[in-house]
Amino acid sequence: MRRTALALTTALVALPLMALPGWARTEITLSTQQEPTVLDPTADATASIDSMLTQNVYESLTSVNEAGEVIPALATDWTVSEDGLTYTFTLASGVTFHDGTSFDAEDVLFSFNRAMAEDSTNPSKRIFEPITEITAPDAQTVVITIDHTDAFFLFNLAQGDASIVAPESVDGNATSPVGTGPFRFDSWTRGDRLTLVRNDDYRDLQDGMMERITFRFIADPTAVTNALMAGEIDGTAGFPSPELLPMFESDPRFTVAVGTTQGEVILALNNGRAPFDDIDARRAVNHGLNRQEIIDGAMYGYATPIGSFFPPSDANYVDLTGLYPFDPEVARSLLADAGIAEGTSIRLRIPPFAYATRSAVIIQAEMAAIGLDVEVEQLEWAAWMDQVYNGRDYEMTIIAHTSPNDLSNFTRGPNYFYGYDNPAFNTLWDQIVATADPVARGALLQDAQRFVADEAVHGFLFQLPSLGVYRTELSGYWVSSPVIFSPLADLRWTE
Amino acid sequence: MRNLPVSLWIGGALVGVIALAALVSLVWTPQDFATVAVSERFQPPSARYWLGTDQLGRDVLTQLMVGARNSLTIALVAVGLGGALGTALGLLAGAKGGWTEEIVLRLADFSFAFPALLFAIMLAAAFGPSFANAVVAIAFINIPVFVRVSCASARQVWQRDYVLAARASARGGLAITRDHVLPNIAAIVIVQATIDFAGAILIEAALSYLGLGVQPPEPSWGRMLSEAQTLLFLAPQLTVLPGLCIVATVLGFNLLGDGLRDLADPRREKAR
Repeated sequence: MRRTALALTTALVALPLMALPGWARTEITLSTQQEPTVLDPTADATASIDSMLTQNVYESLTSVNEAGEVIPALATDWTVSEDGLTYTFTLASGVTFHDGTSFDAEDVLFSFNRAMAEDSTNPSKRIFEPITEITAPDAQTVVITIDHTDAFFLFNLAQGDASIVAPESVDGNATSPVGTGPFRFDSWTRGDRLTLVRNDDYRDLQDGMMERITFRFIADPTAVTNALMAGEIDGTAGFPSPELLPMFESDPRFTVAVGTTQGEVILALNNGRAPFDDIDARRAVNHGLNRQEIIDGAMYGYATPIGSFFPPSDANYVDLTGLYPFDPEVARSLLADAGIAEGTSIRLRIPPFAYATRSAVIIQAEMAAIGLDVEVEQLEWAAWMDQVYNGRDYEMTIIAHTSPNDLSNFTRGPNYFYGYDNPAFNTLWDQIVATADPVARGALLQDAQRFVADEAVHGFLFQLPSLGVYRTELSGYWVSSPVIFSPLADLRWTE
Repeated sequence: MRNLPVSLWIGGALVGVIALAALVSLVWTPQDFATVAVSERFQPPSARYWLGTDQLGRDVLTQLMVGARNSLTIALVAVGLGGALGTALGLLAGAKGGWTEEIVLRLADFSFAFPALLFAIMLAAAFGPSFANAVVAIAFINIPVFVRVSCASARQVWQRDYVLAARASARGGLAITRDHVLPNIAAIVIVQATIDFAGAILIEAALSYLGLGVQPPEPSWGRMLSEAQTLLFLAPQLTVLPGLCIVATVLGFNLLGDGLRDLADPRREKAR
């Protein structure tokens, strides 16, 4: 009797659901640890701007797939001249921006000229540095001429820094972004959430695409866990607490997606001021770091050690983790050579991310063992950007560099927060960029990895893993992150 | 000698144990508090690690003992400073009366209007997180309580006959305050300080929990709680132990304060 009643109840509950053909969930809530500073990827280097908006709200001429290959976006097709210096792009037709204005070659010219302008605040102007001329023979064609071959050019054009914006709406992009992508911006409640809605005029609209995507800004690992458990969020790409992953792995409601990223986590040393303008001091720190201890303690083993500034998932990776073996005695004698007294006080000013705060305590203890008195200062993200990244007021910091191909960071000169300036490396990087042959370029990239490791520019710690936790019914998310953006058009709820 | 109140016994015992642990940590701890040994993490209690180790292989008992020392030091210095300054202001207001009293009391009311913890967070955030700034912040929010308590009690004393007699014999305000007023309100101020001690311990724990108090590698109960938060399922003892320490200390000082008050004011005890 009891069983019949139960069956009846089940049928009654299930009936309305079955009676609605084609009923499907088309809303999703994700969480992200870092709140964006502004909503314009062409104006600020904060990674969360790209992870939420690039290739979702904004589009670029090209895009990149999960395997890291360049694929068409606003440019449906392109040809490269014999000498590798002239790119002719054919643009998608019938595309409109979210505010209804049309997209054509003029918008591309406008976006590039704006990014390349003298007073541009674009965070990655070096992407555009090879460009000598950019013209639009007709409304659907753009021709870009560069002055030296650039193996990364098409890849770079996919990044948020090269987003195509419209002259009519560009001034408002910082708070109300307008692009051509599959999702349009809906709202941004600072400190709480950002919402995107589907762009029903999108040229490549697919069945089952999400109608509404909400990003909640939740930095606290416990809060993210509770939100997932309570069903307040459906997934997160950057789960901050590796120690809790086994709990999600054993829970059938969730899928844990562990992949690779382009994020090298470094103990950045300020090469521009004492004591780390001295290579012996930098090498001493490197000898004092016990990577395995940091990875086990801060990441619970979910990370790969790195000895230079290059992702282990790349075919051209060289394992340099053995270059400065962990040896406090060697470290102490190098510090003595550099004339650094026992107990010298060093500030370790860190951003508020779990990988940084957790590594900091361990590094503090490791540095104490070699005679450096490290003071940990935890800064808010905006304060970190302002004082450490822009103001270069630090001796040590811990940060993940999540952009691809970012060995070029070491060419950014004394005004970049590394404070590292070495003409020999700049020459090497120019060679890499100019080399079209993949094998020859690979060999040069390996040289570059050895170069920065040999110079001990920073303490290279580990490659940040991509730790995603999602509802099991969800599909279409990226497990690995070859770029800092993550397209959401393929997200689907499955039965 | 009449029986001491029960609360005094219990409170004294709790505070005594914690204070003893803090004192012992000055000369001896089971392990070095700054030592991180990741390979030794999550060890169960053993002869070497009496209460096991935490997520970075640090000895939990050591962390708790040095944490007690840091908590008690901050509370002692902060309540001492705040209490001395607050009592001085209260005595001044009580002695002078009139405008001085108005201004001092209204200033105290003004700072009462701010939630104490928020105010401490604001101070710590503005001047940077550190041990010293935590002391200053907690001292500051303790001032108004002592102003109120000492001023109100001082005014009563000023109306007593023996004070009138002293005034009639042309003794100065300072001398009367020192010889008659202060000794008579001392008991009340000490009771107040004991109770505020509990509050100071709580606020220090909250500041450290938020990363605004004692900075690593110096251990602190509040930071132990926040660091162990995500480990609640893996290693519950890491949150339970510092939590128990905070509860024991706060409860201890509150009971001690109650007991002292009963002792200082026999009428209250009879009324209960």
